[in-house]
Amino acid sequence: MRCLIYVEHNGGQVAESALQLGTLAKSIGAEAVGLVCAGDGEAVADLTRQLSGFDAALGVADPVVSAYNAQAAAKALTQCVETQAPDLVMTSYSTAGIDLAPTVSIKADLPMIGYVLELAIDGDGLAAVSMVYGGKLRAKTEIATPCIVAVMPGAAKAEALAGQPAPNAEMIQVDLSGLAMTVVETLEPESSDVNLAEAEKIFCVGRALGGTEKIGVAEEMAAALGAELAGSRPVIDAGWMPKVRQVGKSGTKVKPKLYFMAGVSGAPEHLEGMEDSELIIAINSDEQAPIFGKAHYGAVCDMFQLLPALTARLNAGK
Amino acid sequence: MELGEDERDIDREWIGLELNPFDDQALEQAVLLKESVAARVTAIAAEAEGGERMLKTALARGVDEVRLIELDEEAVQLSSRARAPLYAEAIAEIAPDLVLTGVLSTDDLYGELAPLLGAILDWPQVSAASQVTQKGASVTVRQEYSGGAAAMVEMQLPAVVGLQTASRPPRYVPGSKLRDLLKVEIPTSEPSVEPGADLADATTLELPDSSGGAEMIDGNAEVVAEKIHGILSERGLV
Ligand SMILES: Cc1cc2nc3c(=O)[nH]c(=O)nc-3n(C[C@H](O)[C@H](O)[C@H](O)COP(=O)(O)OP(=O)(O)OC[C@H]3O[C@@H](n4cnc5c(N)ncnc54)[C@H](O)[C@@H]3O)c2cc1C
Ligand SMILES: Nc1ncnc2c1ncn2[C@@H]1O[C@H](COP(=O)(O)O)[C@@H](O)[C@H]1O
Repeated sequence: MRCLIYVEHNGGQVAESALQLGTLAKSIGAEAVGLVCAGDGEAVADLTRQLSGFDAALGVADPVVSAYNAQAAAKALTQCVETQAPDLVMTSYSTAGIDLAPTVSIKADLPMIGYVLELAIDGDGLAAVSMVYGGKLRAKTEIATPCIVAVMPGAAKAEALAGQPAPNAEMIQVDLSGLAMTVVETLEPESSDVNLAEAEKIFCVGRALGGTEKIGVAEEMAAALGAELAGSRPVIDAGWMPKVRQVGKSGTKVKPKLYFMAGVSGAPEHLEGMEDSELIIAINSDEQAPIFGKAHYGAVCDMFQLLPALTARLNAGK
Repeated sequence: MELGEDERDIDREWIGLELNPFDDQALEQAVLLKESVAARVTAIAAEAEGGERMLKTALARGVDEVRLIELDEEAVQLSSRARAPLYAEAIAEIAPDLVLTGVLSTDDLYGELAPLLGAILDWPQVSAASQVTQKGASVTVRQEYSGGAAAMVEMQLPAVVGLQTASRPPRYVPGSKLRDLLKVEIPTSEPSVEPGADLADATTLELPDSSGGAEMIDGNAEVVAEKIHGILSERGLV
């Protein structure tokens, strides 16, 4: 079985999620072939050298793909799928993966599954497990090859292939003229004095906060714990906290000693940013909240009762 | 969360008829474009049930026109892959400059609707987008990546955007405004294309195995607070 992997990268570094796809491909006995799109041949070569344990790589060098361009990347991947006829196409379930996997599934007429956490050979095809409905359910799908899977970051370990030799890229030509999409500017995360990635303790509040009226409850909780205050995406989208305080897929990835969370359901996009925390304690009023599948300790209660009680206790104990 | 009896789908009672959060953002962004650049906004839905009410909400929020693509009763659980050709047909008729969808929803499980439509219509598409602005024959959006990185992307119209966040939080619509629309007839259309082939018949759902999950702390808020305090002290975290 041959597996074509779309290789994402940032600032000259191959994304950890792309290396994880290599591990996953090898774990089902597939040959891992990376597709590396970058601004010039040298960048392609530098990136390909990082693909330890991959069996082969295809390179596309074009200034248009020096930064990720959804339309250009989809054209390159579709062309590779058509000319190479891989049994399996893998992308990460990242922003690029959300663009690419469905697009290529239409263009190359292949079935596609997203949010994939587990993958195994099943007879002539594959069996995939994905997290759906915000992590509340697991979906098991039997899928015939050739097909496309978009895999959750963290589904396999990147280190598993470390130290193995990397392939050389075979350069291919893709016509990237006449695109209707231009990347005008790439933006790095804003710098600020909030540094969640380095924080030892984080208190994260979710949509259940309900509005800025009650933000004091969360701020006092964080202060009593000596923790940095953070929010899930809806908290940031609603404007209750600045973006630098967002944890998750499109926020900051954190690994504190303590991650205390209240009113966060535990959607896969949130877990992606905090599941490696050393100690996770979750408060949620819904006993079925998916976060209880990931936390070390959990309690089913109303956070507006629990937080003031815990804050008072911590402040008294100081 | 309840599983349906055949384990192919969830019990739809659970979802209710509320707009999904990301669709809500997309709707808000459309109305903001109406206000800022006089865009004419059409909201479409392909639903077997609940679609009329959803589209009335859209009218109450300020869209100009709505259209309900009628589905068979059995088609309640159609995936985005199945619905995409139906939407694409309606979109081709309406011929808009810009299509906005929520980046993900309870009936767009893989967040695939926007890219599927872009691919079928052969229009440029960007998902996980925010900060939509239009200028002449192009639209610029911010596309978000992991770790807080992002890019400003310009697309020639017509284009498709899978929206993550509107430029402003969705507005509140008073119930009275919705009640005024109760009697409004929602225009419908019948699709002339077949739903796309999907993997619905090859998929089964199950509740996650909860063993190996959190150790649960029982009791009222005071008791839980005391126990959490204990856990934190024990580990030298407070
Ligand atoms: C491309 C993409 C990127 C994304 N990136 C991120 C990201 O970076 N970070 C992120 O967080 N999300 C991200 N999301 C969104 C993610 O899918 C979820 O929608 C989000 O994490 C849900 O946030 P939440 O848990 O706060 O809200 P909800 O899912 O609405 O959960 C609220 C929870 O609060 C509980 N609750 C309600 N009242 C109370 C109470 N009084 N006391 C205690 N508990 C209560 C409820 O039971 C519920 O579990 C992304 C989504 C997409 C598509
Ligand atoms: N050619 C590419 N293919 C895929 N993803 C890319 C590519 N170039 C950059 N990216 C992604 O686009 C974002 C911005 O990249 P950069 O401009 O390198 O900082 C990051 O999230 C990268 O992972």
